Amino acid sequence: MSICAHSATELKNKIDSGELSSAQVCRAFLDQIERLDEKIGAFIQVDPDQVLRDAEAIDQKRLRGETVGPLSGLPVAIKDNLCTQGQVTSCASKMLANFRPPYDATVIAKLRAADAVLIGKTNLDEFAMGGSTENSAVKQTANPWDVNRVPGGSSGGAAACVAAKMAPLSLGTDTGGSIRQPAAFCGVTGLKPTYGRVSRYGLVAFASSLDQIGPIAANAGDAALLLSAIAGHDALDSTSSPEAVPDYVDVVSQPLTGLKIGLVSEHHGAGVDSEVLSAVDQAVKVFHSLGAEVHEVSFPHSKYGIAAYYIIAPSEASSNLARFDSAHYGYRTDEATMMAELAAEKSANPKGEAESPLIRMYRKSRAEGFGTEVKRRIMLGTYALSAGYYDAYYLKALKVRRLIRQDYDQAFQQVDLVLGPSTPGLPFCLGEMADDPLSMYLQDLCTVGANLAGVPSISIPCGFSKSGLPIGLQLQGPAFAEAKLLQAAHMFQSQTDWHQRHPELP
Amino acid sequence: MSVSTEVSDRPYDIVIGLEVHVQLATKTKLFCRCSTQFGAAPNTQTCPVCLGLPGSLPVMNLKAFHLGMQTAIALNCEIPKFTKWDRKQYYYPDLPKGYQISQYDLPMSQNGWLEIQDDKGRFEPKRVGIIRAHLEEDAGKSMHDEVSGTADSRIDLNRTGTPLLEIVSEPDMRSPAEAKAYLTELKLLLTYLGVSDCNMQEGSLRVDANINLHVHDGDERIATPIVEIKNMNSFRAVERALAFEAERQYDVFLEEGKRLGDVPKQTRGWDDSLQVTKGQRSKEESSDYRYFPDPDLLPVTVTDEQIQAVRSELGKLPQQIRSDLVQEYGISDYDADVIVNQGPDVLAYFVALADKSGAGKRASNWLQQDILRTLKEQSISIEQFPVSVDAMAELLQLLEAGKVDNARSKDVFAEMLSHGLSAPAAMEKLGIQEVDENEIVDLCRQLLEKNPQIVADVQNGKQQAVGAMIGMAKKVNPNVNPAVVRETCLKLIAEM
Amino acid sequence: MSLNRSDVEKVALLARLQLSEVEVDAMTKQLGKIVAYVEMLSELDTNDVQPMAHAVELENVFADDVVRPSLDRMDALKNAPKADEECFRVPAVLGD
Repeated sequence: MSICAHSATELKNKIDSGELSSAQVCRAFLDQIERLDEKIGAFIQVDPDQVLRDAEAIDQKRLRGETVGPLSGLPVAIKDNLCTQGQVTSCASKMLANFRPPYDATVIAKLRAADAVLIGKTNLDEFAMGGSTENSAVKQTANPWDVNRVPGGSSGGAAACVAAKMAPLSLGTDTGGSIRQPAAFCGVTGLKPTYGRVSRYGLVAFASSLDQIGPIAANAGDAALLLSAIAGHDALDSTSSPEAVPDYVDVVSQPLTGLKIGLVSEHHGAGVDSEVLSAVDQAVKVFHSLGAEVHEVSFPHSKYGIAAYYIIAPSEASSNLARFDSAHYGYRTDEATMMAELAAEKSANPKGEAESPLIRMYRKSRAEGFGTEVKRRIMLGTYALSAGYYDAYYLKALKVRRLIRQDYDQAFQQVDLVLGPSTPGLPFCLGEMADDPLSMYLQDLCTVGANLAGVPSISIPCGFSKSGLPIGLQLQGPAFAEAKLLQAAHMFQSQTDWHQRHPELP
Repeated sequence: MSVSTEVSDRPYDIVIGLEVHVQLATKTKLFCRCSTQFGAAPNTQTCPVCLGLPGSLPVMNLKAFHLGMQTAIALNCEIPKFTKWDRKQYYYPDLPKGYQISQYDLPMSQNGWLEIQDDKGRFEPKRVGIIRAHLEEDAGKSMHDEVSGTADSRIDLNRTGTPLLEIVSEPDMRSPAEAKAYLTELKLLLTYLGVSDCNMQEGSLRVDANINLHVHDGDERIATPIVEIKNMNSFRAVERALAFEAERQYDVFLEEGKRLGDVPKQTRGWDDSLQVTKGQRSKEESSDYRYFPDPDLLPVTVTDEQIQAVRSELGKLPQQIRSDLVQEYGISDYDADVIVNQGPDVLAYFVALADKSGAGKRASNWLQQDILRTLKEQSISIEQFPVSVDAMAELLQLLEAGKVDNARSKDVFAEMLSHGLSAPAAMEKLGIQEVDENEIVDLCRQLLEKNPQIVADVQNGKQQAVGAMIGMAKKVNPNVNPAVVRETCLKLIAEM
Repeated sequence: MSLNRSDVEKVALLARLQLSEVEVDAMTKQLGKIVAYVEMLSELDTNDVQPMAHAVELENVFADDVVRPSLDRMDALKNAPKADEECFRVPAVLGD
């Protein structure tokens, strides 16, 4: 069995026992990237020399008898919207193609402290806006199960690299499903933690009240390992929770008894692919066989989730992305061309009111630096917050958000976890939805609820379509129930082997 | 056009509201821990948060909130139980995030008042309402580059994120003099609270004014469009700008007849060299700030106990101090006002001097005349004033005891000031010594014998004739106390 | 509420985006569709519902007023598209 075929937990044990060094493990994954990534396109930045230097430094530390952190020199892939000091953090945008943050995100600092090796930065939809990674300004990422299909998004690179065994662990971010949907499309395990569980400091914000960073891995145990390293309070993030962090690695393999699961009736019917539904039904049977009770639970406001989400997220995004104005960092339009353009307009229309060079610089830089989807969301959000519309859109959406949260609160009075599909459909073909933003948005049906409510949610593989495409099962829990989600996922994975299947790659 | 700051008998009322931005005296910025020290080299006090770098997040400064509460309570404001932070969105190169974190619909305080009065009696004492006082972050500075000749502006973000308290008054002021009195009293209050250094030159206190007229039309009052005035760099400038603007608005009203609501609010800048207000280019669609609650910052809740605790830690405020001074030292309202208006440091000097010398009135006179004049002449603060309270108190006690007369005490003071001497040492240097009583009696007797006409005049009821004796006595012995000479002479004449 | 071209142009200025004629057309159509979709929220009676701006129920999070080191100026200016040794540079700020 090749090094890359092992789970992160297995590799950690091998490194800890001295069977393998961090450098050997990292080299194996670098080789895999070298071999496969031309086809998959998961990474937008890998510096093999730096990776090996970091791995060797950790090996040296071990040789000197010093304590090595819990990640033992394991490679971890980083979504490229997480700031890494001195290293380009592009958000897959032309806007930040040369942006080198002078600081590390808190999760990056925590990974370094836990002795992880950052193996590379992964591709995403520009500024994490999208569900297919097609909105990357850098490159296209393919689904390892079918390279003509999308890996999902926005954490498409993060999920694809784990599926293709180019990294054992990977950090994604999730604003409306951006960890869980690509995890489902790529047949891997992805967890969106409770809002506030993981510090957002250094995550380039898309929608601040919805964004969370979380692990993507081959299985629940590996996800627990990575979550343990990044969870916890951070004084630099006011919205970070002081709630104590359990030892996820310790509890993940402890089975839950008397587990009560709710089947989301609103996600179990029209609008959901029949192959997806039957895989979810099979999963319900597995949980039955593990002794869990399964009831139907209702989320009466679920159907308003996407509407509320597509007001709140773009509104916050329009504000968060205002800083990309080309004044202090990021892409700036060519000033000479711009001045010539203004002069030409002036001579063509001497009496017309001319735009100032400053405003033109803003408008041109942003028009050229942002891709279409980002501009669309900025426009949508700006509109929703503008004078006269605030109450009808933004405020209304915040109220509906409360109703959705109340649906969750009521469900969790009856059951421990709720279950349903991660996505309404199977991975779609590249370009299939490019011209229809609304149908793309509707793909977020099952996932936006957890972000709006702030609760944790995990996607795990639960089957394959006849065409061989992975299907994801979503489990959602009450706030700070990550341990329970991981335990339930682990129980499921101990009875199934969906998570152990690998795509056939050269 | 020359402008008088006195209110003329014009057929209109002036309506003025003021927005004051005060920089709070914190060590660090409102949402990051960069220093707020003034005068650092450009862009040396920045971090990912105040640079607005992607991924950075704000964390609220506890001290700033506390100073805001102190001020609001001192301004008699209500402190709501719940307050939150909002983003005010506009594009400007000195605002790196593209939004300013401020407070919109739920400010940390509201509905207060400040009492103002005028010692020249130009208006009746009154309360000016405070609509709200809320916290917000400052922007950076943009400077036009005149050196390189390019059309660039240079941006310094050191000031970005510095905590400001914006204090918005009701439109309760009816003259430029009232506006100035409000600002003076507000600055005094802030100074006594120690919440800001209120240095207008360094921008720690900035004033914008809203002004319009209510033009008399029989019993009707016609409101003219409101104009906001900016760029006023002193209270004097505020007063002059408002006086100018009132006259300008009236002229425009007579010409155009526009009323409130006919045109959008205009912004004008005060040109201090020309002493006029000038129309400013309006920022494009600047009114749509798209405020919304900042998702990166959590709300703040305040309990009654906290409000009570802040209230109890406020020191004495100017109004209270004034009446206490009158009570305790027997000085006039006017004198108390002058002393308090000098600020806490001068007040402390006065109180120490009055207590130590036991001569409150004398201390008040000396402070207002000799000491304040010296500070002004030498452009120094009371901390730099070279004569210590102890030394000054000793001089006052000597005066009180008649060991030195008023006229000579000024010489003593000058000597103390320029040579750092104690009062007795200065007196010795000047040869001032107490003259023995017998010596004075002898001297007076001799002088009276030489001046029978004066004796006769006094005996005929012209008491003031004895005044001439004082000058003569001082010629013989400059140390004699004039009052003692006078008394002695009268006594001797009576005995004749 | 429906969205027309002039709304889109107004919003584009607010958002500091320069859109081509073609983009304005496309944006008008697409935003119109999305806005029509989110109209469904008006079906819900939310009069007595408190807006939910945050996903955590925390409050009163503060930091102490203690100075921490700032960035070196070189690091602060490093990512600027245009700067001199001291300052960021932008086209002239007018009208102030």
